[in-house]
Amino acid sequence: MIVGDFKLNKSIIGINLLICYREAIFEKRYLNNYLNGENNMKKLLSIFAVVAFAFSAHAGTLDDVKNRGFLKCGVTTGLAGFAAPDDSGEWAGLDADMCRAVAVAVFGDRSKVEFITTTGKSRFPTLASGEVDMLARNTTWTISRDVNLGFEFVGVNFYDGQGFMVPSALGVSSATELDGATVCIQTGTTTELNLADFFRLNGISYEALPIETNDEGKENLFAGRCDVYTTDASGLSSTRAAASNPDKWVVLPEIISKEPLGPLVRHGDHQWGDVVRWSLNAMIIAEELGITSENVDAQMSSNVPEVLRLLGVEGNYGEMLELSNDWAYQIIKQIGNYSESYEANVGPDTPLEIARGLNALWTQGGILYAPPFR
Amino acid sequence: MRSNLGFFSDEKFRSIFFQTLVVGLFALGLFFVISTTSYNLEKRNIATGWSFLQNPAGFDISFSPFLEFKSTDTHLKVYFVGVLNTLLVSITGCIAATILGFILGIVRLSSNWLLSRLVYIYVEFSRNVPLLLQIILWYSILIQLPRVKQSLQVLDVFYISNRGLYSPRPIFESGFSYVSIAIVLALISSFLINRWAKKRQDKTGQQFPVFSSSIGLIFIVPLILFFILGSPLSFEHPELKGFNFKGGLVIRPEFIAMFLALSIYTAAFISEIVRAGIMSVSKGQREASAAIGLKQTWIMRLIIIPQALRVIVPPLTSQYLNLTKNSSLGIAVGYADLVHGFGGISLNQTGQAIECMAIVMATYLSISLTISFFMNIYNRSIQFKEK
Repeated sequence: MIVGDFKLNKSIIGINLLICYREAIFEKRYLNNYLNGENNMKKLLSIFAVVAFAFSAHAGTLDDVKNRGFLKCGVTTGLAGFAAPDDSGEWAGLDADMCRAVAVAVFGDRSKVEFITTTGKSRFPTLASGEVDMLARNTTWTISRDVNLGFEFVGVNFYDGQGFMVPSALGVSSATELDGATVCIQTGTTTELNLADFFRLNGISYEALPIETNDEGKENLFAGRCDVYTTDASGLSSTRAAASNPDKWVVLPEIISKEPLGPLVRHGDHQWGDVVRWSLNAMIIAEELGITSENVDAQMSSNVPEVLRLLGVEGNYGEMLELSNDWAYQIIKQIGNYSESYEANVGPDTPLEIARGLNALWTQGGILYAPPFR
Repeated sequence: MRSNLGFFSDEKFRSIFFQTLVVGLFALGLFFVISTTSYNLEKRNIATGWSFLQNPAGFDISFSPFLEFKSTDTHLKVYFVGVLNTLLVSITGCIAATILGFILGIVRLSSNWLLSRLVYIYVEFSRNVPLLLQIILWYSILIQLPRVKQSLQVLDVFYISNRGLYSPRPIFESGFSYVSIAIVLALISSFLINRWAKKRQDKTGQQFPVFSSSIGLIFIVPLILFFILGSPLSFEHPELKGFNFKGGLVIRPEFIAMFLALSIYTAAFISEIVRAGIMSVSKGQREASAAIGLKQTWIMRLIIIPQALRVIVPPLTSQYLNLTKNSSLGIAVGYADLVHGFGGISLNQTGQAIECMAIVMATYLSISLTISFFMNIYNRSIQFKEK
C-alpha cells in the first residue's frame, strides 16, 4: 500500500520511517505495529535515530479525528454571530455551529470539538500544517485559494458581500463619497483587494490603515484613527452590534463584492471533504424538508423517502461516509437545521439583524441550494 | 584495555569520526527537511517558484514615503517599499538611540544624585519591559490624540492629530539647486580646512577656529546666496479637506510609535554600554590629563571618549543589529515594513510562504551583515595603532 501524505509531526519518530518514506512504499500494518510499539526492534532503532525533525505517516483526516477523539476546528478570533464565546464562555455562532455539526457527524456529540482561533493571516498555514482539521472562519471561496493554496472549499454557509461602515455623524450616504478617507482594512483578506479595485474603478483616493483582527479594526474606527471600516457586511453588522451605541454607526448601501463564505479543508483528502460537505448540506436539506430539532423524532416515521434517507431510516449513506447511520439525525437533533442556526446567531431577532436575503432557500427567493440526498 | 577499544583510542581517528558523524547527520536532516517540504508542496498542489513577484499586488500601501505605490504595482515593488520602510525606521532609530544612549550613559555617571538616579530608573524600566508592549503602549497613546477634525495646531503651521503630525512641505523652485551646490561645497571645504588646521597645529602648535569658520561656511554662505537668488523656496501647507489633511508632509503615528519605542528601548542598552566604556578608562588617565591643565570638556573629548570607544563599539554593533531586527515588530501596529508588507500581505495573498520568508530572511541577513561590515571598519579605525 502506498501511503502518500506526510506531515511534520511534533513527536520524534525514527529514521527508519524516513527511509521508508523516501521509498514511499510500505505496509500500513507495518506502520501500525511500529506506532503501537509491538515491534520492539523498530522501536529500539528509533531511539538511536538522532534526527530531530521527524515525519509521521499521515492517514486520512477522518481517521485522525476519530483516533484523537475530538475535532480541531479553526475559527475567527471572535466575530459575534459567526464564532465568538457567548456569556457562558461557549463558542457560539454560525461557523461554530458548522464545527459542531461536523463533530456531531463524527462522534454524535456536539461537545467533541476544540475551537482554535486564527487570524485572517494565520488561518491558511494553520490548516495546511494540519494544526486544524477544517476551517469554518468566514473565509471567501476564491479560485486562487481553492486551486493555488491547495485547499478545498466544500460549500457555502453564508453568502456575503463587502460593505463599508462609517460614523453617522460623518453624513456620508454612499461609498463613492469617500474620496480621501482613511480606511481600516484587515490584511490578507479578499476585502483588501476588492477595496483597492473599488477605489481605482471609481477614480477616488484613500489611505489604507492595515489591521490584523476585527477587534483592532473596531478600536481604530472607534478612536477615529480611520474614517471607514470595510469588511464583509455581516462582519460590519457584528461590529456595529458590539458598539456601545450602535445608532452612531451606519453601514453604507454599497456591496462591492461577492463573498461566498464557507468551510474548507485540505485539498486531496476527499473522504474528509465529503464528511464536512455533507454535514453542511444535511443542515440545508433539513430546512428544505422542514425537519427541525423539535420535530426530528416525529419525522423518523415520516412517509417522505428523502426524509427517511436523510435520517438514516432507509439506505446506508452514513456507512458510505464511514460515519454512523444516524449522523444527520444527530446533527439536526443537536444543532438544528440551517434556518435554526441562522435565526439563533445572525437573524433579524439577534443583535446582528441580518435578513435572510441571499441566504434564504432557493425556493424562497435566496440562492441556498443543496444537491439531492440520494 | 587498548585492544578492547581498538581504533577508538586513537585521538585523531575519534575526532575525524565524530566530526564526520555530525556533519553527516546534519546533511541527512537537511536533506529530509528539504525533500519532505518539496514533496508535500507538490502533493498539496501548492505552486512554487518566483514568478509571483511579477504579478500585480492588488492591494494598497499608504505608508511609502520614498516610492509611489499603486495597487497595480508588482509584489516586487511591495518588497522594495518594505525594505525602504524598514531601513527608514532602523536608521533613524539607530541615530536617535545612539545620541540618547550617549547622553544618558554620561549623565548616569554624573555626580548629581537625582540625575543619575533618574537615568537609572529609566534604564531599568525600558530594558526590562518587553519591546512589543512598549510599541503598543506608544501607539495606544498616539491614537488617543485628538481626532483629525479637532487637530491641535502648533505655531500655525503644524497639526497634530491621531492621524499623525502634519507639517508644511518645502517646494524647491528653480535656483534652489545653486544653494544645494553651495552647501555641498561648503561641507567639502570645511572638511579640508579641518584637515589643514590639524596638520598646522601638529606642526606649529597654532590653532585655527575650525568650528566657527565651518559654521559660517555651511550656514551663512548658502543663506546669503539664497536671498540673492530671491528665496527660491516655498511651502505647501497642509489643509483639512474632506476626511483628511491634503498636502504637506505627514509623519504617521505608526512610524512615530515604532521610532520612539525602538530608540528608547535601545538607548537604555546603549547607555549601559557607554557607561561601561567610560568606566573602563582608568582613573589615572583623567587625573593625568587634569594635571596637565586640560579643560573638563577636553578631557572627555580628547582622552576619555577615544579610549572608551574601543570598549563601546563592538557591543554597540550588536545593539544596531538588534534594533534593525526588532523593527520587524512593526507588524503589531501596522507599520508597513518588510515583514508586514512583503512577508505578511504578499505572502498571504499569494500563498508563497516559503519564497516570501526566504527573501525576507535573506534581506535581514544582508542588512545585518552590511551594518557589521561598516561597524567593523569603524572599529578597526579606532583601535590602538601599534607602531
